Amino acid sequence: MISNPIISFNNVSKTFGEIKAVDNVKFNIEKGEFFSILGPSGCGKTTLLRMIAGFESPDSGEIFIDGQPISNLPPNQRPVNMVFQNYAIFPHLNVHANIGFGLRKSGLSKRVSNRKIHEMLELIKLPGYGNRRSNELSGGQRQRVALARALIKQPKVLLLDEPLGALDKKLREQMQIELRILQKELGITFIFVTHDQEEALTLSDRIAVMSDGKVLEIAPPRQLYRSPASYFVANFLGNMNFFKGRVTDSIDQDLKVSVDILGEIMINSSALVKIDKTVWIGIRPENLKIHLHYPGGNKMCVQGDIGPSAYMGDRSYCYVNTLNRHKTILVSIQNGDQFQSTDLNTHQRVWLEWSKESLILITQN
Amino acid sequence: MNRSKGKLLPSGLYVYAIFYLSFIYIPILFIPLFSLNDSKYVSFPLKGLTLAWYQDMINNPSMINALMNSFKIGLTVSFLSTILGLLTAKAVTKYRLPGKLPIIGFMLTPLVIPEIILGISLLILLSIINIPLSLVTVGFAHLLLCVPFSILILIARMENFDKSMEEASLDLGENSWMTFWRVTFPIILPGIVASLLLTFTISFDEFVLAFFLSSTEQTLPIYIWSSLRFPSKLPPTLALGATIFIASFLIITFSEWLRKRGANLRSQSSI
Repeated sequence: MISNPIISFNNVSKTFGEIKAVDNVKFNIEKGEFFSILGPSGCGKTTLLRMIAGFESPDSGEIFIDGQPISNLPPNQRPVNMVFQNYAIFPHLNVHANIGFGLRKSGLSKRVSNRKIHEMLELIKLPGYGNRRSNELSGGQRQRVALARALIKQPKVLLLDEPLGALDKKLREQMQIELRILQKELGITFIFVTHDQEEALTLSDRIAVMSDGKVLEIAPPRQLYRSPASYFVANFLGNMNFFKGRVTDSIDQDLKVSVDILGEIMINSSALVKIDKTVWIGIRPENLKIHLHYPGGNKMCVQGDIGPSAYMGDRSYCYVNTLNRHKTILVSIQNGDQFQSTDLNTHQRVWLEWSKESLILITQN
Repeated sequence: MNRSKGKLLPSGLYVYAIFYLSFIYIPILFIPLFSLNDSKYVSFPLKGLTLAWYQDMINNPSMINALMNSFKIGLTVSFLSTILGLLTAKAVTKYRLPGKLPIIGFMLTPLVIPEIILGISLLILLSIINIPLSLVTVGFAHLLLCVPFSILILIARMENFDKSMEEASLDLGENSWMTFWRVTFPIILPGIVASLLLTFTISFDEFVLAFFLSSTEQTLPIYIWSSLRFPSKLPPTLALGATIFIASFLIITFSEWLRKRGANLRSQSSI
């Protein structure tokens, strides 16, 4: 990747009382990226965002925006703007005045300001809404106004603090697409904080996964999902079946691992792993193929009984209890003409097949 | 239980409401009534209609002087009290203070100390430190009385204040001073108006503290009280009372009309 960082965190830490909200964080965000910070509540992601905006200052370390250290700049002098979690639309002003709020010191004439505000209203698809008050807007409309109010300032970076959290699922999905299109059109760097892993996967160019104040891994969505580096990341992004294993041999690029339930497996590994090391082998639920009969000879599979299942329309999640040991494996079944999860009965004997390529080797906790 | 019984209830409530309103307003309505009565004595039957007492009121400099004194004190006190209340409420709601609740409780104690005790203690204090009694001392006593009310009203208003509003303003390029004027102030304005009105009213009709702490310059309640001893002075006082009553009635009606009109305009323009 070309290194042209718009934001750099240089060993940034922040403590609230006893809690290390942000713990020695160091990474770059590139110009024009849609960058997501993903993590469970209380992992420090919002603190990180608020430090860029200037509402919190780091205890140690420095943040650079476009190469400039910014710790001494107050929030009103930073070239970034924020969309707040609750949108923070000013209740005493109408939509027009809300969007134009930040233009007071721009030195633009009233005519130019008005034109810019109207352009923004067009951009967020709310033309003619200028006279409305915030209490006359729906959640989605407020979200758009908050977006327009920040974007009219033409920030170098737009900060979004879980902006879609309060919207219903359908609207949220629609807004995700619109945000993504908007970001590509404007070319502004977006930093998007969320706890919703699906949202992060949908929107981002790159995702940083945080836990307990630390950034665990930064990678593009596909890489993060297909080959997560740690147990936490693998577990937090999507569903994963974990099996404990022990490395028994190493042959060229392949490792031989003795795994619970699955038995002896061969797995490709670019990383050097010592023999006798305990590792995790992960399989995503959608990579397990369910068979009603023994699939035969050289297929890798494990036998089990159907447990509880959840029907979700396009797919179903189904738990399979293994025969030999007391372990439950989660399987995702695509519901289609070929096969419906409703064809399965509880306690029915099934075989779960996996391919070598679908196994994920995880060496870190 | 059944619907017909349920329907009886509102008419019962009507009767209650009429009683309630009569109870409040009939005694007050005696004042304008007797202010128009052509007799020095406040008693039935009414003798005839006259505006002479209003004439007397205008031509009575000591009464107008007392009214002006009360206005001066009331306006100053309500203004200062609201500013102090605003600063206190801001500090209390913005920062995490150790021992916050005891501090607030301590600041609100003037609410529960009987005024007569407050009056005596202030009088003793002033004589010890040798400060002569004047309208200023009355004003300070009123301030002491009014600040807790301002604090209570404004804390209630600012506790619900969303901090991200101010952050949004800072984020959009305003400094903290302009953020106060463009965001904080308009949002808490109803609380400020309520505080101004209430503290003005408290100061305007306060009697006990003014009685202890004023010298030759009288406030209106003191003047009214002293005029009760002279029957000839009473009817002009009633005229003044009626004037104040009607003026405050008109002001409240007008401000309500303004508020409603503003709300209507807003909802119309948004369609």
